[in-house]
Parts: sequence; C-alpha cells; structure tokens
Amino acid sequence: MPQLEIVDLKASYGPHTVLERINLSVEKGEIVSLIGPSGSGKSTLLRVLTGLLPPEHGTVRLNGKLVNYADKAAVHALRSEIAIVFQQYNLFQNMTVLDNVMITPTRIKGWPRKQVEEHAIGLLTRVGLGHRLKAYPDELSGGQQQRVAIARALALKPNVLFLDEVTAALDPELVTEVLDTVRALALEGITMFIVSHEMSFVREVSSKVVFMAGGHVIESGSPQQLFDAPQEARTREFVGKILRH
Amino acid sequence: MFASSQAEIAQLFSFYNLLLLLEGFAATLVLSALGCFAGFLAGFVVAIVRVTHSRAMAPLRALAFAYCFLFRRIPFLVTLMLVFFASQSSKANLSTFAVASLSVCLIASAYLGEIIRSGLESVHGNQWEAAQTMNFSTFETLRFVIVPQAWRVVVPPTFGFFVMFIKDTALASQIGVMELTSAGKVLTNKGFSSWLVYGTVLALYFVMSYPLSRLGKRLEKKLAATRNR
Repeated sequence: MPQLEIVDLKASYGPHTVLERINLSVEKGEIVSLIGPSGSGKSTLLRVLTGLLPPEHGTVRLNGKLVNYADKAAVHALRSEIAIVFQQYNLFQNMTVLDNVMITPTRIKGWPRKQVEEHAIGLLTRVGLGHRLKAYPDELSGGQQQRVAIARALALKPNVLFLDEVTAALDPELVTEVLDTVRALALEGITMFIVSHEMSFVREVSSKVVFMAGGHVIESGSPQQLFDAPQEARTREFVGKILRH
Repeated sequence: MFASSQAEIAQLFSFYNLLLLLEGFAATLVLSALGCFAGFLAGFVVAIVRVTHSRAMAPLRALAFAYCFLFRRIPFLVTLMLVFFASQSSKANLSTFAVASLSVCLIASAYLGEIIRSGLESVHGNQWEAAQTMNFSTFETLRFVIVPQAWRVVVPPTFGFFVMFIKDTALASQIGVMELTSAGKVLTNKGFSSWLVYGTVLALYFVMSYPLSRLGKRLEKKLAATRNR
C-alpha cells in the first residue's frame, strides 16, 4: 500500500486551473522530487496536499485513508502526520529558535515539555544550530533559518515531509548547508516530497522524479530514467536546457 | 472684581473651586480611562472578528466592519447627542455621565478596532500559513504568533489615539457632564479671568496626557529595538 496516493487531482485559483489530472503514488521511505518550470504547479501541489488550497476534485489517500479536504477534522488529522518546510522559512519571528521548534509539540500536540526540549535541542544540534538556541530568526542567516525550519518540521515527527523549494530564497553559498541537512534526512528513510530546482541534488537523493509542466504531470520515473532517457518531448526539452547550463 | 491678580489666584484656588476642578479632573480621567481600557478591549474583539476568515463568522465580520466604518465617520459630539437622545426616548434614564461613558466606549472601540486590525494584518500571511499547517487554531495562531508580533505596529497609533481622546472627552460638557472643561466654564462664569482658568485647565489636561505620551514613546522605542519580539 502506498503511503501517499494521489488520484486525478485537480485544483484551481478562481477560474484558473493550476493542477489537472495529477496521479502519483509514493511508497514509504521514498523521496519524490517534483521538478519543472516556474508556474508548472509544483508548489501548488504541495499546497493542496497540505490542505492550504482545497482541491476541486480527485482523491488523496494517506496510509490508505481517504483525506476529505472539506472536513476540518480530516485536515487536522492529515496535518498531524505531515510537516512542510516553506521556501521563505516562515519561522515565527517573535520566538527564539528553540521556541520555534518546541511550540507545536508542546502547545498544540501537548507532548511533555522536557522530552520535547531534549528532542528539539537534539534536532537543532543535528542541523548545526545547537549554539543558537536563544537567537531570534532575524539574527540568523537565510541558511540557518531554513535549517531551523527543517528542525521545526522534524520535531513534529512527521510520516511525510514536504520541502517546498527550500533553497530557492538562499544565497548560493548557503544552499549547500541546507542541502547537506536534507541529504542526511534522506539517508534516514523518512518519506519526502521535494520541490527543487537543484537538479544535481534531485538526481542524487531522489528515488523518484516527477516532471510537471502547465499543471500536469508530464513524466515520472527514476532519476536516471528521467534525466538520461526522458520519454516525453517536453521533458527532453526541459532536461536539455538544464544540462546545457 | 478682584483687587489684584494675586487675590484672584488665591480665590481661584480656594477650597471649593479646587474641589470643582478636581471633580472635573476626575471625571475627565475616568471618562478617558474608560474609553481607553474598555475601548481597547472591545476594539480588540472587533479587530479579531474582522481578521477571521471562516464563513460562519461572516455576519459578525460584516457587523464589525459596519460598526468601525460608521463610528469612525461620525463626530464624537453627534455620537454623544445620539446616545443622549436615545437614552431619553427609550426611558432608560441614564445619567449624563453614563451617556458620556457609553459614547466614549462606542467611539474608542471603533477607532481602536481599526488600529488593532491594521496591526494584526501587518503580520505576514506566511505566519498564518505556517501555523495553519501545524494545526494551530485561529485563537492559538493569534495568541502565540500574530498578536505578539502585531504590538509593534499597534502601540504607537494607540497611544496617539489615547492622548487625542483625553482632549475629546471635553465634548461631554455639551450634555452637562461636569468634567474638566465644564469646571473651567463654571469658574469663568463666576468671574475669574479666562486666561487664568483655562491656563489651569490646560495644565491639568497636560498633567493627564503627558505621562501617557511618554509611556507610549518608551514602549515604542522598546518595541522598535526588539523588532518582532
């Protein structure tokens, strides 16, 4: 049974259809990367899956269980099993690094504070920020903030982790530190859904790559298949352009 | 009427006149404090209602919007008269002080509701989204994330409004409330020099509003230094 199964998903912003006929299945521990040109619907797909944009039709199953996005309780249940890391980090600006990581487990999930704190410090140390626990987000570099955001997501112990262009807002020299963090996660077997423009990274860590364009899934397959022998003309064009640069 | 200005000053600050001025001062202080505190609390509720998004809250949201829209556009004096005549025609028989209190609350909550709403909306939408994906309720998002960040934006105009509002309470004299300006009027009617009386009234208004504006400045500085914290 796939951990996440998407069937015939469609979503729109008002009259503008942004996703159509999306079919995907993700096995447990798989790392699926969404690639494609800007505006192809990659980030929108993550927004739909995390309940930020309700789908127009289609079904999503998490661990075999149908997610009804119109039902608040169902979305609540879904969100307790997933976590998302945003392109702009979206850290809570009024909280320290440690509080950012601890707030949801302690205040929302009601987990015991002492254990949460130990876990949070462990996670922050793992992403290389054990020495900045008391710092506020605006005192950190973009790369550091993104690593805090990753630690915050991991503190929720998610079954599926969504990463939405986590390096897109970073200076080139900060990209590596974030990618190294994600690379380490990939080795731990956590199911991940990654939207990225870092093609060499995608190729290295993904178990499956999905190429999207114009709100559709054009092609999907292993990184080797997609990058070395793309079947569709649109994929070939995209991959060709990337390889030229 | 008075032999010399010294005699006039001594007369003006006689026990009963001082009592009258103090009574006026206290009424102005109570009206202002009521407007500021009750207005802030009610304004906070109005602002929270206005930043909700759920469909179920739509009627309340429309009501809160209409309330702010209306009461921010009516002069304080007109509100005062409206409440005064409404109280008379409904036979509620409210005292003039109660009418003035109700009016200051109506006006202050509309203004402060708008100030607080703009503060809440100044917090970036991505903060709401992050909280939403982590299962924060609207109340939890406001409590833990939005309100602590909105203070920075809310404080300066709020204190500006408080200071302005203290002066506006002088209009309560129009329906016969014995507040500071009314006390001044009574004293000039008694024959004291307008310069002397209103100079004293001015000093008393200053005594009330200056500490408030200083406090506002201090808070503003403190919040500016810590930015979003």
